[in-house]
Amino acid sequence: MMAQLTTYPILLQLLLGIILMFAWNNVKLQRIISILGSIVGVVVAVVLFISIWNDGTQIVEAGSWPAPFSIVFVADIFAATLVLLTSFAGLAVASFSSATVMPLRLKFGYFPIFHFLLLGLNGAFLTGDLFNLYVWFEIIIISSFVLITIGGEKAQLEGAVKYFTLNILASMIFLTAIAVLYGLSGSLNMADLALKVAQIENRTLVEVTAILFFVGFGIKSAVFPLYFWLPASYHTPPPAVSAIFGGLLTKVGVYALIRVFTLIFPDEVFLRDIFIVVAVLTLFSGAIGALVQNNIRKVFSYLIICHIGFMIAGLGMFTEVAIAGAIFYLIHDIMVKTNLFMISGLIYRLKGSNSIRALGGLYEDFPKISLLIIASFCSLVGLPPFSGFWPKLSLLTEAFKIENYWIVGAILLASFLTLFIIWKLWSEVFWKKSELKTSSSSYLFNHDMKYHRRIQMLAPIIFITIISLYIGFAAENIQVLSERIADELMNPQPYIDAVLNKTEILEL
Amino acid sequence: MAILIGILYAAGIYMILRRSLVKLIIGIILLGNGANLLIFLLGRITQGKPPVIDEGANILIAAYADPVPQALILTAIVISFGIQSFAIVLIKRAYKEVKTDDLNEMNATDEES
Repeated sequence: MMAQLTTYPILLQLLLGIILMFAWNNVKLQRIISILGSIVGVVVAVVLFISIWNDGTQIVEAGSWPAPFSIVFVADIFAATLVLLTSFAGLAVASFSSATVMPLRLKFGYFPIFHFLLLGLNGAFLTGDLFNLYVWFEIIIISSFVLITIGGEKAQLEGAVKYFTLNILASMIFLTAIAVLYGLSGSLNMADLALKVAQIENRTLVEVTAILFFVGFGIKSAVFPLYFWLPASYHTPPPAVSAIFGGLLTKVGVYALIRVFTLIFPDEVFLRDIFIVVAVLTLFSGAIGALVQNNIRKVFSYLIICHIGFMIAGLGMFTEVAIAGAIFYLIHDIMVKTNLFMISGLIYRLKGSNSIRALGGLYEDFPKISLLIIASFCSLVGLPPFSGFWPKLSLLTEAFKIENYWIVGAILLASFLTLFIIWKLWSEVFWKKSELKTSSSSYLFNHDMKYHRRIQMLAPIIFITIISLYIGFAAENIQVLSERIADELMNPQPYIDAVLNKTEILEL
Repeated sequence: MAILIGILYAAGIYMILRRSLVKLIIGIILLGNGANLLIFLLGRITQGKPPVIDEGANILIAAYADPVPQALILTAIVISFGIQSFAIVLIKRAYKEVKTDDLNEMNATDEES
């Protein structure tokens, strides 16, 4: 039973998706199943995390074929952490969407597809095989296409066309990279590749492959010259969908980047310079893009791009402390970005607009909710006791140590601009006198909603805020965790041994 | 074969860069086929040598056709098929809703709201 633990998060989401398909027309039942199932998901992820924390990396080989030949699922501490965060975000968004997504959308299979999306995310985090990673990516993007188009409004479809094209392009580039790498090394297992790629004579071709991987994952994680699909599409679907997208979809690209470039291509030094340049430009362009937007959700979209830059910078510096900083930032960012888009949905429900100019007086009308929101904003900006501060501290220290002042400048400027944007948002949306009259539309607003729906809407925001606060105030625990992850990533030998050693035992 | 793949990639990317939605789909299809052929080519195609181990032997000694790329291509074809059919439905819906197939006119998402 416990030996297969690694696959349980994946199987659970698959099972939920299938069960929900049977309840196609019964929206009420779907809501209950989805929320209860996500709670089970959190439990499973916690059990997995604790067992990995105590016993180290665990492997499941599909069909018990020995490692380099079979598809393996590898749960190391990095994957387990991300599965845990996915389950938190999944639970929060399941609850949030049952309150805020229109029943008409829920009738067209919103919840099954949502769980298939989580299935793909868990699979991508846990797999140890490159082609399998491609398949999980496809599951993720197909589910996300459906989620982004469900409802079929004009803006949604246009956003979907852009989102769709660039993500397909990214997948094709990724597939090309896999093809070339397979041609070079004859293997798809990541641990096996780590050994084989180091021995390949033709370094130029390896570098080309590495670039292909970088472009493929870079489009998905929305780094500097490749991010234009993101602000064009993330504000169009319902806020619950944006929340799961913003929290996790770009981060799975970052995860793949970190995984591939620490494990398979650790020697490509020239790529690190590219990473650093890209990171600096991502930080600048994201922050400046967010500055001029008027739609709250577009501001948040640009902030996603901006903050991807921190993680890429950490990867570009490629020291243990910097990677630890990047991991810490990843952990913090998944929670905060999920929360931000849920907050944007909440603001829309309270006031009926997404426009910063039209909104106002939120603090006057809803002081308690505003206090809840400011906690999350502070985490985003990284005011010292809150969660965004600690990873930036490690990144900055490390950038000073390797004397790369471009990174120092970019990190400081991006943090400052984030602060400025949030301050502008706060003074405009929360303090300014409101001129807006709640307009009638097909949406239900907060005061029209039933009591338990309001709870379902607020509870996930409170839940994620508490996690964010925990990440901030108990930063030491998270730092220990990130350092352990960074240590495993920088010294991949135990990972490789864990995956490949079983073969030798079987051969003997 | 290598030249064919090059043509498929080039034509695919050219088509994606066009403004018409239909050409976009054609570009995606071409690119997908190019990628599949690339896997096929890089799997070292060998003719008439099935990877079947002879009776009495334990491992394959002679060169043999690698079965893995074929499995990969099969998976990739199925995936790209699904994606293409989704793409066609998507542009049909988008065309009905926006009433244009020119990507330059699809800018509702950039307008101030």
